[in-house]
Amino acid sequence: MLVSYQWLKQYIDIDDLTPQEIAEKLTRSGVEVDIVHSMNKGVKNLVTGKVLACEKHPEADKLNLCQVDIGEEEPVQIVCGAANVGKGQYVAVAKVGARLPGGMKIKRAKLRGQVSEGMICSLQELGFEGKIVSKEYAEGIYNFPVEVPPGNDAAEQLGLNDEVLELDLTPNRADCLSMLGVAYEVGAILGRDVKLPDTEMETDAENASDYITVNVDAKEDNPYYGAFIIKDVKIGPSPLWLQNTLMASGIRPVNNVVDVTNYVLLEYGQPLHAFDYDRFGSKEVLVRKAQEGEKIVTLDNTERTLTADHLVITNGSEPVALAGVMGGATSEVENDTTNILLEAAYFTPGTVRKASRDHGLRSDASTRYEKGVDPNRVREAGERAAKLIAELAGGTILSGVQEFDQLDREPKKVTITLEKINNVLGTSIDTEEVNGIFDRLKFPSEEDSGTFIISAPTRRQDIQIEADIVEEVARMYGYDNIPVTLPSTPATPGGLTAIQKKKRKVRRFLENAGINEAISYSLTTAQKESHFTEEDRLRVNVALPMSEERSTLRTTLLPHLLDAVSHNKNRSSLNVQLYEIGSVFRTEEENVTKQPEETTFLAAAFMGLWHEHLWQGEKKPVDFFVVKGVLEGILEELNVTGEIEFVQTEKPGFHPGRTAILKVNGEEAAVLGQLHPATAKEWSLPETYLLEADLQKLMELETEELRYTPIPRYPAVDRDIALVVDESVQAGEVEKAIRELGGELLKHTGLFDVYQGEHLEAGKKSLAFSIRYQDPEKTLTDEEVAKVHDKVVSGLEEKLGAYLRV
Amino acid sequence: MLDRLQELKEEALKKAEEASSLKELRELKVAYLGKKGPITEVLKGMGKLSKEERPKVGQMANEVREAVSTRIEEKEGRLEAEAMEAKLKEESIDVTLPGRGINKGSRHPLTSVIETIEDVFIGMGFSVAEGPEVETDYYNFESLNLPKHHPARDMQDTFFVTQDLLLRTQTSPVQTRTMEKHKGKGPVKIIVPGKVYRRDEDDATHSHQFMQIEGLMVDEGIRMSDLKGIFEVFVKQYFGEDREIRLRPSFFPFTEPSAELDISCALCEGKGCRTCKHTGWIEVLGSGMVHPNVLRMGGFDPEKYSGFAFGMGVERFAMLKYGVDDIRHFYANDVRFLSQFNRV
Repeated sequence: MLVSYQWLKQYIDIDDLTPQEIAEKLTRSGVEVDIVHSMNKGVKNLVTGKVLACEKHPEADKLNLCQVDIGEEEPVQIVCGAANVGKGQYVAVAKVGARLPGGMKIKRAKLRGQVSEGMICSLQELGFEGKIVSKEYAEGIYNFPVEVPPGNDAAEQLGLNDEVLELDLTPNRADCLSMLGVAYEVGAILGRDVKLPDTEMETDAENASDYITVNVDAKEDNPYYGAFIIKDVKIGPSPLWLQNTLMASGIRPVNNVVDVTNYVLLEYGQPLHAFDYDRFGSKEVLVRKAQEGEKIVTLDNTERTLTADHLVITNGSEPVALAGVMGGATSEVENDTTNILLEAAYFTPGTVRKASRDHGLRSDASTRYEKGVDPNRVREAGERAAKLIAELAGGTILSGVQEFDQLDREPKKVTITLEKINNVLGTSIDTEEVNGIFDRLKFPSEEDSGTFIISAPTRRQDIQIEADIVEEVARMYGYDNIPVTLPSTPATPGGLTAIQKKKRKVRRFLENAGINEAISYSLTTAQKESHFTEEDRLRVNVALPMSEERSTLRTTLLPHLLDAVSHNKNRSSLNVQLYEIGSVFRTEEENVTKQPEETTFLAAAFMGLWHEHLWQGEKKPVDFFVVKGVLEGILEELNVTGEIEFVQTEKPGFHPGRTAILKVNGEEAAVLGQLHPATAKEWSLPETYLLEADLQKLMELETEELRYTPIPRYPAVDRDIALVVDESVQAGEVEKAIRELGGELLKHTGLFDVYQGEHLEAGKKSLAFSIRYQDPEKTLTDEEVAKVHDKVVSGLEEKLGAYLRV
Repeated sequence: MLDRLQELKEEALKKAEEASSLKELRELKVAYLGKKGPITEVLKGMGKLSKEERPKVGQMANEVREAVSTRIEEKEGRLEAEAMEAKLKEESIDVTLPGRGINKGSRHPLTSVIETIEDVFIGMGFSVAEGPEVETDYYNFESLNLPKHHPARDMQDTFFVTQDLLLRTQTSPVQTRTMEKHKGKGPVKIIVPGKVYRRDEDDATHSHQFMQIEGLMVDEGIRMSDLKGIFEVFVKQYFGEDREIRLRPSFFPFTEPSAELDISCALCEGKGCRTCKHTGWIEVLGSGMVHPNVLRMGGFDPEKYSGFAFGMGVERFAMLKYGVDDIRHFYANDVRFLSQFNRV
């Protein structure tokens, strides 16, 4: 909503306040003013002028030589390129030395040999937006609709000495979609009265009922319809004040009748529609639901197909308007229109909202109807418009507005106590002050020993319940005046849940491991995921995606993480390690009807070098074991104590020989490995490693509380063994066997060397383990150690065909 | 004999003084103090001496031994120290060579904002609650006083999955979910971080996916003045002790009265600059007293209970805090951006 300061002044006395001050007060009390802008965008020295003579430039077809009276002793010659300039016009002239928006300075000039002393301006050149300039002047210079004495300040004539407040209204304050509504709001803030517009109309002896009858079928959707007849109007341009006012409000002037309906729409917030009575096609207004498939061509020359949800105004047979949204083209007011049928109606918010949505049509009318207009001002607005049309277009108003009326105009009554107000706000306001606030708001109220009964004015449709009244009191009392306290609620421990704490631990671990955290989008494409998923995975799709790229919810974190790695690689970041923790969405339904399962996953991607220390010549590229180490670290961080197993596997998108799943207590909890080179190619990536874990599962595993184990008092004995096994034997198997064979005395074992090559026979490899034996109760003797160690060695031979390397 | 001993002593001390290596000293030791050394020789001839002379010579011989041995040891010590010093000098390194860095990953700035804010509210006894990102129309809208066809639904253009399922447009549904769990009994004190989605084209200030933090406190006797008090603690802890707050009336369907929270602009200290659009204040979040309908739908009696709620945009906080100018940076995962946050 654009609010002209000059216009607002007609309804409330604000001469002592600047537009900026008004804006600040409105913003602080809940009607936010985005910006205050001046109508004058930098125009200086602009005067009115009269074109005394106009002839073609002798040297240029498209230029005109104009002699213009600008109120000085002699007329000045101005070369003008506009096609619509002509003798006798009253125009806006930027004199030599004048300034136009953008800082342009007008100088004396010679155009093709002819002197030009100034410039005849178009409205666009004066800073008006093209879309609000009347079509008449849109392609050329502006000319005043009336005689203006030459040499006057043209900026003032054009309303440039005005400032406009741009309101950013919240949906509840539809009342401020009108000048009167804003005036009431300013009045409440300042404690001043609102001056209402004059609606007294003179009516003719002739009766409107001879010309029109009103019938409403759809009574629920259209509880009030009023029809005024204004005869013998003369369509023409609106007076300057009206044009200026509309332009300041962002509306393009059209003609005197249409302009009046727009003016009153802005003044009252009540949409009106003027039909050309002679083109209306009958003497009956019938409001009904449209028939399925019925068609109407609206004012924007678009044919629209209707459904039974849409309300239409008809002439008894044909639709002539889409109720509350837009009029029809056939009965549009045109230059030859002489008789007007003026509609002032109440359409319910739901019905207009539906039609507006279905047709993608939002008009100044529909935005107001959608939020509910004031039932007590529908007819009044009609009267105001009829009066102005008669005044400006010279017609006569027939007596007796024809109407259908089942409109509920009762104000909503709300009861509230002073105690309630103070309890909610934490204030100690007294009765007198609250009464004063209701007075300022013009909310009629009765008070009896601390209980108020308020009749909320119907212009304020947002006032329905106690809480709404509390807010009104708070707004007027001033939020700044509400004290600052702390809740007196008993103390609560608060804090993070065990899972939330674990999630933070994992993040800290990964950060400290040198991996950057990524956050990517949840919406993706099935195609992107197809590299990692089975073909027939069920998905949760967005019903009407904005783009294919964001059409389905992710079931894996990997593709977007790879997008990120690829993004970085393309920007010459070649060593990239990223992780993400986020939800994946999985469903078991073909057609989704219930909420999918949302699981917290962890994914990480590794490309390039893991460690590097240039001048010491160290470079450690990422490999499978880097990823495995990270995952093992996470398990340790989460205190996972169950049976942990890494099992070689094949997974879509992964290198078949360098991929494993992590099993915890026999259940799959993660996959890790090298990105399949073919898939890597899809993302244009070099050797890259991935990890994806069901973090939720890992975090939910039972953990044991940490207990101290006594530090051993007796010495340990270390033995190293180098074993030769078939190359198909996995180190994990060997280690597991050592642990089993070593029994209780085996304290620790770890792999420290792997060898395969010329010193071994083909198909064999050597694995070297260190083993520590220890007894917590006593010092082990050589014999005891030998006994258990021999058992390990012979056992390994038996189980795995392993023999000691010599 | 005494003369001879004196002579030997002077000779040995002189040699010890002149010795320039540990080897020489060792030889010296053997030469003078060894079993075949001159002092031992002298003592061997003691049998020829008189009874009176014998102890004198013996004492003298011991003194000489002692003196020589001490001097040699001293000298040894000196030489060892010199040798060590020479060796260490050779081991000198260039201390200006770069240190061996420990790779440090970065916390995403949005995570950092969330955790910091969580911690401030945990300090005030709040718990962290979470909820699903695919929500029902009921929890996302209806239970928050946004019935179907409510005009305020336009404020949040929605990704629908089905007529009834949608990607949540706000973290507020967790309000109702949490209240339901409390079965009408207070206090409820939660802070709810999470991802939300709206049908916006991505540009410098819009993102179809972003993050919010919701707060809710419900109990008997909660007042709007308490909301101001909580905000004052929060703003001073998060943005700094010198920040001022103000509340401005606003509208949200789920609160009444509603308020925007503004904080004084840090850049211009309230004088007005481009960041605060010359107002001296920056809008940081929306809040208000929980609407009675919302309490009721969460199973709380609005006659008995009251509460406040607030919601803030995590990206906005991160942008304010770190001066980030384009919301898309948060989702591009460019390491040149991310790694700047490894100190947060």
